[in-house]
Amino acid sequence: MNLFSHDTEFKMDVLREVGNIGAGHAATALSRLLDKPVDMAVPTVSFIPFEEISGRVGGPEEVVVAVFLRVEGEAPGNIFFLMSREQARGLLQGLLAFDATEGDAYTEMELSALSEIGNILAGSYLSSLADLTGLPLSPTVPSIAVDMAGAILTYGLLQFGTMGDDALLIDTTFLEGKHEAEGHFFFIPDPESFERMFRALGVPVE
Amino acid sequence: MNEAVIVKVGMADLNVAAAGASLRTTGLGSCVGLTLYDAGRRIAGMAHIMLPSSEIAREGQLNVAKYADTAIPELLVRMKDAGADLSRLVAKMAGGAQMFAFAGGSDSMRIGPRNVESSHAALAKWSIPVVAEDTGGNYGRTIEFDSLSGVLTIRSVQNGVKEI
Repeated sequence: MNLFSHDTEFKMDVLREVGNIGAGHAATALSRLLDKPVDMAVPTVSFIPFEEISGRVGGPEEVVVAVFLRVEGEAPGNIFFLMSREQARGLLQGLLAFDATEGDAYTEMELSALSEIGNILAGSYLSSLADLTGLPLSPTVPSIAVDMAGAILTYGLLQFGTMGDDALLIDTTFLEGKHEAEGHFFFIPDPESFERMFRALGVPVE
Repeated sequence: MNEAVIVKVGMADLNVAAAGASLRTTGLGSCVGLTLYDAGRRIAGMAHIMLPSSEIAREGQLNVAKYADTAIPELLVRMKDAGADLSRLVAKMAGGAQMFAFAGGSDSMRIGPRNVESSHAALAKWSIPVVAEDTGGNYGRTIEFDSLSGVLTIRSVQNGVKEI
């Protein structure tokens, strides 16, 4: 993308900080919800080939639980909260305080609870982003799927699809304690959103 | 039996296989996996189509394998180079799911069905019959196409294995 041809490192740093602030609020929200400490790794920001994005969560055929929200407003984009099936089970146990159903199937109640977790994370992520940039941003109603990562993540790449074969991904890993991952939070702003975000944050855009 | 050779087809990619090799593409959601087959010469081709039309492309260097309308002509060229008789080709397709259901359903959410429609339209333009398809639904698929038998094997998390 031309926008990133100058001051690439600086712009990536800005996006990393944006991700950091958003995810920090989301981690606090998750921590309150589960009533236990939730930490997060420093977000990574990268242009990544479509082919490799699912590699972040185990590969295209890895079965993941994914909550998907579309970001609407001045800087539209896509948000995914992705968990392995074990991580989803752990979250449900923590949240609902009963043993989640064994096996691969989820009840309506469990899917609804997981959607709500995704909704709360995305809501706190976006509201801190909106505060930071002054741009109005709001998530759509969450949608949930349990399926192959490759099949799911395509939805976050369609806007980039018309421009090339790479997407800009802001990836945050949530950690329980210091090591055990709770899930991935992917923010993939639409290509045209970057210029608006940079302008709103006072980053020079040629 | 010898270990079968599997040729990988990536996202927005296409390839051709013959002599008993198989073509494979993983994690099809809204994307369409389209195969062409010359049964007489046992030559197979596969494209992993991501978007319905190259008219919406804004990229400098067009990746023809990405769009239904450009992937099919390119695959025909590759099939011809591999020695296929283009007048005998038949097509199969899988994928084009709608993974997430939103109330209202914006255009980008309907991308799966649109990919299927465009693939049909492009094949009709080249008068290539679609002999079998497993499209739609709300689940992901991994497909493998055997150049020896012309059988397309479809795997999904929810519905197991199916052959068309």
